[in-house]
Amino acid sequence: MFKNFIKYNLAKVIEINKKYSTPRIEMSQSVKFSLLTLRLYLIFLVGLLIYKFITLIT
Amino acid sequence: MNFFTKLYYKFRRTWKAIQLYLIISGPGIVVMIADNDAGGITTYAATGAKFGYNLIWFLIILGPIAYYVQEMTVRLGTVTKRGHAEAIFDGFGAFWGWFSLLDLIMLNWLTLVTEFIGMTAALHIFGIPPYLTVLVVCLVMGTMIIHGRYWTWEKIALVFCAFNLIYIPGAFMVNPSVHSILHDGMVPNLPGGYNNQLFFYLMANIGTTIAPWMLFFQQSSVVDKGMKEKDIPWGRFDTFMGAIFTVVVAVFIIVVTGTLLKGVDIDSAAQASQLLMKTNKYVGAFMAIGLFDAGLLGAICISLASSWAFGEVFGWAHSLNNKIKEAPWFYANYFITLLSAGIIVLIPGAPLVLITLFVQVIAVTLLPAALVFLMLLLNDKKTMGEYVNRFSQNVIGTAIVLTIIVLSTLYGLSVLFPKMFGS
Repeated sequence: MFKNFIKYNLAKVIEINKKYSTPRIEMSQSVKFSLLTLRLYLIFLVGLLIYKFITLIT
Repeated sequence: MNFFTKLYYKFRRTWKAIQLYLIISGPGIVVMIADNDAGGITTYAATGAKFGYNLIWFLIILGPIAYYVQEMTVRLGTVTKRGHAEAIFDGFGAFWGWFSLLDLIMLNWLTLVTEFIGMTAALHIFGIPPYLTVLVVCLVMGTMIIHGRYWTWEKIALVFCAFNLIYIPGAFMVNPSVHSILHDGMVPNLPGGYNNQLFFYLMANIGTTIAPWMLFFQQSSVVDKGMKEKDIPWGRFDTFMGAIFTVVVAVFIIVVTGTLLKGVDIDSAAQASQLLMKTNKYVGAFMAIGLFDAGLLGAICISLASSWAFGEVFGWAHSLNNKIKEAPWFYANYFITLLSAGIIVLIPGAPLVLITLFVQVIAVTLLPAALVFLMLLLNDKKTMGEYVNRFSQNVIGTAIVLTIIVLSTLYGLSVLFPKMFGS
């Protein structure tokens, strides 16, 4: 039963990825810039979290 | 027509408008009042105790900001008939969609744990053991949704919203100085001059005013309620009323703690209740009841926000108008989220302080993303049509979004690195 549950949900995730593979919103320069800035911001945050984690355990 | 006939017609028209509003009202008021959740009550209580009435003006400014952001979710939900999670998947693709969904689910669950911490602490003051509080909360929240009617859920939620006003009589009972409130609270000022501690409190208040779950919750509830484009003005009015209530409640909490506990360092609203009880047992009791109600309202909205988001993306039936048999995954998600968060609080030695801190850090990763997506989606002319953001709305919206992002990020960093701001 658990195996079926995992199998069903994996298939569902693949289906979702396929369904939303192409962003529908028009990728204008401003949209691209916003998404890039967001990506950099999140990388910066993840970097800080990793730094905090390393300083905590050392 | 004589005077009385005119008066009668005017009364009838007003009464009909009120009746219509009572039917339409809901998502805006519920989300805004639930914004004053257990964490929010603690922040306001601590702000009042630390700075007295001096930061009331700041909370009043936060009201329109919250309204402005939430109004955009009303328009987006009404026009697209999609929740925020589904709108992000559709608009920006699977990568950003999964990022937002998984972040939201984790953040909501952690926030739900903090709501349970608040509720159990509040009722513990009255001698009620935590396990009983968790049990009763789960039963109440289960009862609210098993009817299979959105309307029933919403009206029960509105009753709990009314309980949130309990701080108002509490504030009158402490006999605050109206002159001091007007003089110290309404005139913008920085008590003690600008310093790191003040900055930390300002950031904390902003952090509690706009939470990521609010965007997801209101958009999904607007869709579940079946609001149409013609209902947008009512949705706006509903959100506006909610923004007023949320500010009023926050201000009255500050009045209570600013009057009786000024100069005391407060760690939690439950602690504030216990301290208040020493001075006035009724005011302390009101604070505890309000804290429980705030936690309950937060829990009601947050658990639903997660279930709606999952349902939208996975394509499950995900409406409160569905019976449990018709939407088993939606309700299973709701109960699993609720029960697991409740059980965590009951585990002896669970890292509850760590969880509370973690909520603020995770929120910083989701809030900017959710706000940026909101602004971009509201600018998509193809989808939004005549409801697309106007230039002036974009200028104000961008300024608000950038301010929230910068300040909430600094708040998250101050939690992560406490020495950074000397707090």
